[in-house]
Amino acid sequence: MLRFVIRRVALTLPTFVALMFVTFIAVRLVPGDPIEVRTGERGISPERLAQFRHELGLDRPVWQQFLDYANGLVHGDFGVSIVTKTPVLHEFLTLFPATLELSLCALLLAVVIGVPVGVLAAVKRGGVLDHAVMAVALTGYSMPIFWWGLLLIMLVSESWGLTPVSGRVDLINYYFEPVTGFMLIDSLLSDQEGAFWSAAQHLILPSIVLGTIPLAVIARMTRSSMLEVLSEDYVRTARAKGLSPLRVVGLHALRNALIPVVTVIGLQTGTLLAGAVLTEHIFAWPGVGKWLIESIARRDYPALQGGIMLISGIVIVVNLLVDLAYVAINPRIRHG
Amino acid sequence: MTLLSIRNLTVSFATSRGPFRAVDGVDLDVAAGELVAIVGESGSGKSVAMLAVMGLLPWTATVTADRLMFDGKDLAAMTPRERRRIIGRDLAMIFQEPMSSLNPCFTVGFQIGEALKTHLGLGRAARRDRAIALLNEVGIPEPERRLRAFPHQLSGGMSQRVMIAMALACRPKLIIADEPTTALDVTIQAQILDLLVRLQRENGVGLVLITHDMGVVAETSQRVCVHYAGQQVEMQPTEGLFRDPHHPYTAALLAALPERASGRLLPSIPGVVPGLADRPKGCLFSPRCRFATERCRTVPPPRAGAELGLALCHTPLVQGVPQRAPAAA
Ligand SMILES: Nc1ncnc2c1ncn2[C@@H]1O[C@H](COP(=O)(O)OP(=O)(O)OP(=O)(O)O)[C@@H](O)[C@H]1O
Ligand code: SF4
Ligand SMILES: [Mg+2]
Repeated sequence: MLRFVIRRVALTLPTFVALMFVTFIAVRLVPGDPIEVRTGERGISPERLAQFRHELGLDRPVWQQFLDYANGLVHGDFGVSIVTKTPVLHEFLTLFPATLELSLCALLLAVVIGVPVGVLAAVKRGGVLDHAVMAVALTGYSMPIFWWGLLLIMLVSESWGLTPVSGRVDLINYYFEPVTGFMLIDSLLSDQEGAFWSAAQHLILPSIVLGTIPLAVIARMTRSSMLEVLSEDYVRTARAKGLSPLRVVGLHALRNALIPVVTVIGLQTGTLLAGAVLTEHIFAWPGVGKWLIESIARRDYPALQGGIMLISGIVIVVNLLVDLAYVAINPRIRHG
Repeated sequence: MTLLSIRNLTVSFATSRGPFRAVDGVDLDVAAGELVAIVGESGSGKSVAMLAVMGLLPWTATVTADRLMFDGKDLAAMTPRERRRIIGRDLAMIFQEPMSSLNPCFTVGFQIGEALKTHLGLGRAARRDRAIALLNEVGIPEPERRLRAFPHQLSGGMSQRVMIAMALACRPKLIIADEPTTALDVTIQAQILDLLVRLQRENGVGLVLITHDMGVVAETSQRVCVHYAGQQVEMQPTEGLFRDPHHPYTAALLAALPERASGRLLPSIPGVVPGLADRPKGCLFSPRCRFATERCRTVPPPRAGAELGLALCHTPLVQGVPQRAPAAA
């Protein structure tokens, strides 16, 4: 088991190196640089431009910039934002809890609904429920996040007035210092009446929007995995013992069917964080996604590079954890 | 006392090409403590018939029977819940593939304990004690350690021993063993079979043994049912069947044995079992039967009396000679 962990961790190193190259290059492929973007249409004298460029180190050869950047990363230094002049890591860590809270709620929604729905569809295979579930799942899977988010805002928030349009909490009525960075927890800690409910209300729509694709993927995966498992010999053995259908399906079959589903859930973290960028943008959710999009607009090279590295790092680590969880729930690998 | 009593059991599957009758009018009686063998070529409906008794067929199957009694109770009239109280407790089944019949995610101890908990309501410690006793009984060394083993850590023979222990868990009255040794190494086959037969005798359990092995049939069983294409073509006490088979199919099976009663796998007879599309109109065996007449090909044969092995044939054999059955005009 330890050997497996070490090998698996070592395998992530080349990924990080490749990532370093790609982010560095990709960020510079966006036309315009930080200073041109800031001065915009007004124009700037060539002397001033050269001076600014020099201050930011942009006049140096690109390979030297890369070495500086790589050297910083190796020492855990993600650079300083050109715009806010604060360390990128600090900005990221301040904003990340908001993204995490949103992603976890979306994922929770996807799992809590997706797994039972997939199981039901498999058990009632070929029935009305099965067809309905699969049709909805396919629709959900192909739903563009922007369109889906705007549609929900128009319907649920604008027309029916059920949920707020944007933000994490009603800032006019409630204010509290971040403790954990999770609004649901902080609002409870603040002891202000109604704050928790306000935070929860703000979470509903973004979670649905962000959770839709993972939900569809999880439901479909659970269904197909379950269908496969239900025809296995050991499921027949379980039924031959006279166990209740609930125990046969919910324990003997589901336990085996979940092994591929857990992998799929892990692979969804990438999709989830990519989706979070768009979702945060739509709902003005103050997380790293919104921050990254703003950083693109400002050509804030260090913020972009550092932010992308950090997010990718999280995806890589989560995938690593999923692999380990896969080992933990699959006795064949654990003891093999 | 009759434990299991089946009359005219029929199972058909809904398939994309219409209904397929996999079991066609099978009768079977098993007394307490009796060992009955079922033989027949692959696809002759042996497994499906017994799965129907257990209630384990998929929903595409339609089961009908004039009688389906177990231990004085009518299985066909039971609700699924009532039936679940019987299977796994009084009526247990052992399958052909031991390796895939155990759930890979749970320990041996857990899987043996389940039936004990469900049917007998035993507590944790009692389940453990009983599981250890059962593993001892089926000859698994170091039972305490094996309880914590996962199925992939066991060999095929060990897995089948565990399956037998699971079947015995609640002291059943009848065990159905569906080719319990086919998937195992030849050297292990005899061991497992000896174990099964010994436990059956010691515990006075009824046993239905589905097998391809005529040698096993001769050595172990008291009665034999011969299946062909979903139909039961003959049933006789074992001794009589080997001495004087009444159905031409049984006769062909025995004649094809290298040396009678000691050959291993079911010998091959020229031709194949008819499928859904090429079902003959009359006797299903007629395309392969060397006694077939024009009547055989057009008129389904009647069932002969018990003195002729209940043979499903127009002209059952006596000492290899076709008889003109008086009823079959
Ligand atoms: N779920 C099913 N749906 C449709 N047909 C089935 C199904 N299960 C079995 N059959 C068919 O029923 C027939 C009898 O199968 P069965 O498994 O009972 O044969 P068997 O006598 O046990 O053969 P073997 O010796 O190979 O185990 C076969 O033709 C098989 O294709
Ligand atoms: S009925 Fe005719 S074809 Fe069928 S087994 Fe008897 S003799 Fe052979
Ligand atoms: Mg079979």
